Amino acid sequence: MALDLARWQFGITTVYHFLFVPLTIGLSLLVAGMQTAWVRTGDERWLRMTKFWGKLFLINFAMGVVTGIVQEFQFGMNWSDYSRFVGDVFGAPLAIEGLLAFFLESTFLGLWIFGWDRLPKRVHLATIWLAAIGTTLSAYFILAANSWMQHPVGSTVNPVTGRAELHDFAAVLTNSTAVGAFAHTITAAFLSAAMLILGVSAWHLVRGNEVAVFRSSLRVALWTVVVAGLGAVVTGDLQARLMTQQQPMKMAAAEALYQTSSPASFSLFTIGSLDGSQELWSIRLPKVLSFMATGSPDGTVEGIDNIQADSVARFGPGDYVPNIPVAYWSFRVMIGFGILALLLALVGLWLQRGGRVPGQRWFAGLALAGIGFPVVANSVGWIFTETGRQPWVVYGQMTTASGVSPSVGPWTVATSLIVFTVLYGVLAVVEVGLLVRYARRGPDPVPPPAPEGADEPRPLAVAY
Amino acid sequence: MFGLALTDIWFLLIAVLWTGYFVLEGFDFGVGALLGVLGRDEIDRRRMINTIGPVWDGNEVWLLVAGGATFAAFPQWYASLFSGFYLALLLILVALIGRGVAFEYRGKVDDPRWRRRWDAVIMVGSAVPALLWGVAFANIVHGVPLDAQHEFTGTLLTLLTPYALLGGLTTLGVFLLHGAVFTAMRTDGELRDRAVQAALWTAAVAVPIAAVFLGWTEAEHGGGWTLVPAVIAALALVVAVLTVGQGREGRAFAATAIAIVATTVTLFGVLYPDVLPSTLDPAGTLTTTNAASTPYTLRIMTWVAVVITPIVLVYQGWTYWVFRGRITRGVIPPPVGLPPRGRGDRSGPDPAEPGTEAAQGSR
Repeated sequence: MALDLARWQFGITTVYHFLFVPLTIGLSLLVAGMQTAWVRTGDERWLRMTKFWGKLFLINFAMGVVTGIVQEFQFGMNWSDYSRFVGDVFGAPLAIEGLLAFFLESTFLGLWIFGWDRLPKRVHLATIWLAAIGTTLSAYFILAANSWMQHPVGSTVNPVTGRAELHDFAAVLTNSTAVGAFAHTITAAFLSAAMLILGVSAWHLVRGNEVAVFRSSLRVALWTVVVAGLGAVVTGDLQARLMTQQQPMKMAAAEALYQTSSPASFSLFTIGSLDGSQELWSIRLPKVLSFMATGSPDGTVEGIDNIQADSVARFGPGDYVPNIPVAYWSFRVMIGFGILALLLALVGLWLQRGGRVPGQRWFAGLALAGIGFPVVANSVGWIFTETGRQPWVVYGQMTTASGVSPSVGPWTVATSLIVFTVLYGVLAVVEVGLLVRYARRGPDPVPPPAPEGADEPRPLAVAY
Repeated sequence: MFGLALTDIWFLLIAVLWTGYFVLEGFDFGVGALLGVLGRDEIDRRRMINTIGPVWDGNEVWLLVAGGATFAAFPQWYASLFSGFYLALLLILVALIGRGVAFEYRGKVDDPRWRRRWDAVIMVGSAVPALLWGVAFANIVHGVPLDAQHEFTGTLLTLLTPYALLGGLTTLGVFLLHGAVFTAMRTDGELRDRAVQAALWTAAVAVPIAAVFLGWTEAEHGGGWTLVPAVIAALALVVAVLTVGQGREGRAFAATAIAIVATTVTLFGVLYPDVLPSTLDPAGTLTTTNAASTPYTLRIMTWVAVVITPIVLVYQGWTYWVFRGRITRGVIPPPVGLPPRGRGDRSGPDPAEPGTEAAQGSR
């Protein structure tokens, strides 16, 4: 009972936290790019873009920061046996994330927010880049930690101490799983931020608001979506192959493939029994799964039944099959919404060709809805990654059931689950409300430069 | 390294991280908790928030790093502590979430009701962790019921002993004092005067409480060299009281900072070589050795910490230098938030007539 509640809490708080993270990463880098364009060209349009998207970035950033604290604490709170088992390996990237990335991010973001009139232009520009770099670094370290759970490298389980012990930290940091996950996450982050910019810009353009600012924003967003979308496809493909080697069960679950097949087809859509073991009707692309999983159209993809039998032989009796419908559908929804975002951007590029301003209402409507595409794709992508690893918490080494805190009762976990769910729900309403209202309001005019040499202390350019 | 065991180095580093956290977030807790007390009007409240605006988030990272470092260096300590102090930490998390969002969002809508709500969140969200960290650390020093597997066997009530509550009042009082002194140091005029008064009133209560707590700690668990930092802490608090009344807020702030450093040093000094003593079973006690990670992990982490920490100190110090000026009434700009809901968001013209008002584009 406490186990299920703890899993729900981890799922809810983590998916929620990750609603904000990709936007933080993507927007910090894009806003840094916009400010760079302003500093280099002196074109006020870029300054107004920096401030407008920067404001949306900060509204979002606050939520990412505060929900991130929960993430670090709940390993110890709900998963103390997990923490005891993994601490020697998993703790290091987490600590380095704080020391190297979070300090950089938070300190320089403070300087960026309040430093507009205090710092020389180029120093101020450097602060947003350093904050963005901190944000990106934090993604690397936390993904290295997570990737070790997916594909434990650089460590061995010590039977005497009963825990995983690190012997090669470089291997943890250069884990192929981590490199793949980082590349995929960063492309997804750019995609998420760019889709937000795209949706808001299209909404304003169809109303004829601030055409100069929003047309430039739209262009930046469209190209970013196209490049990042293609990047997400390529990196996702890389990840699928790694997954086939490292966690074959997850790949088989993604297709609900019970029988080992060569070549294996990929089903776009299936109607079947609830547990996914019986297929009634499906649309299939021949050989596509073989290609995704192995890189060869005739490659062999192992089926669930086979892998289950192998796992029993390796790890002893047990059920090593994750939740098949969740894996199957989350995998498709992730890919589907990613592709939709990419297609929408290609349409947008066509509509704005040769200096045109896309004023089609249908496009603005789609673009506005498109803000949600990467949000859905990111969420189900992580649900796939994490549930597809079950029953393991550390693949092949520790089950999720054995990681839960033995001293924490179900009522305690239930209390915190309810508290976080309610609190996060309220904050979501507030946050989305602010984002929508600030997005609708559009960019502020640039204030006239303050008179130089006045004796009176000038008001702060930015203040809470 | 330096003739110290790796586990001792990490005990020291974690003590440093908590010390940094308490010194830095200590004053922003104090400023936050005193917001409605010292900030008589909106401008003064904004002045107070803006004294900590650029730095509070960086201050909070000290906690995240302390937590992460404990996980990495002493996983057993991290696991027993965080699962054992579950509900207390839940309260702290809720408070930190609330105040973090509140700082960022309170000015986003130009509406007194909106701001009042967030002000309440800031005050409660600052006071609760200021109290609970003291409760937590008093329990760490005193020990908690851990069984032979190092699992906590108590409840939330187990943690609320008189000694622990006194510890909580100590951190709350000292952080309030620290925050009042900081407000006095970073503002001017009436707000500064009120902050000085608040510092003196707070000190009248907080200094005796802190002295009793330190004395109790020494009597029960201490002795030896930890008497020195305990006495320094008490003296520094007295110096803070003497200097803050004379308008020497910089010195007073240094004194409250030293008092917090010395108190934290006392607590960690008394704790060593345990990290979480068991009141049930000596076998359940976690120490720097039985809670630690492998030497390999500790060695890597040591190098990372030795290289990065000084850089962090430099740039965080630089931030404080950039934002060192006093926040006067004159520097607070007019509110830039959105109008209250329903009173006309400035949005585009009617979507039924796209493109009719391109004039907005050249506003």
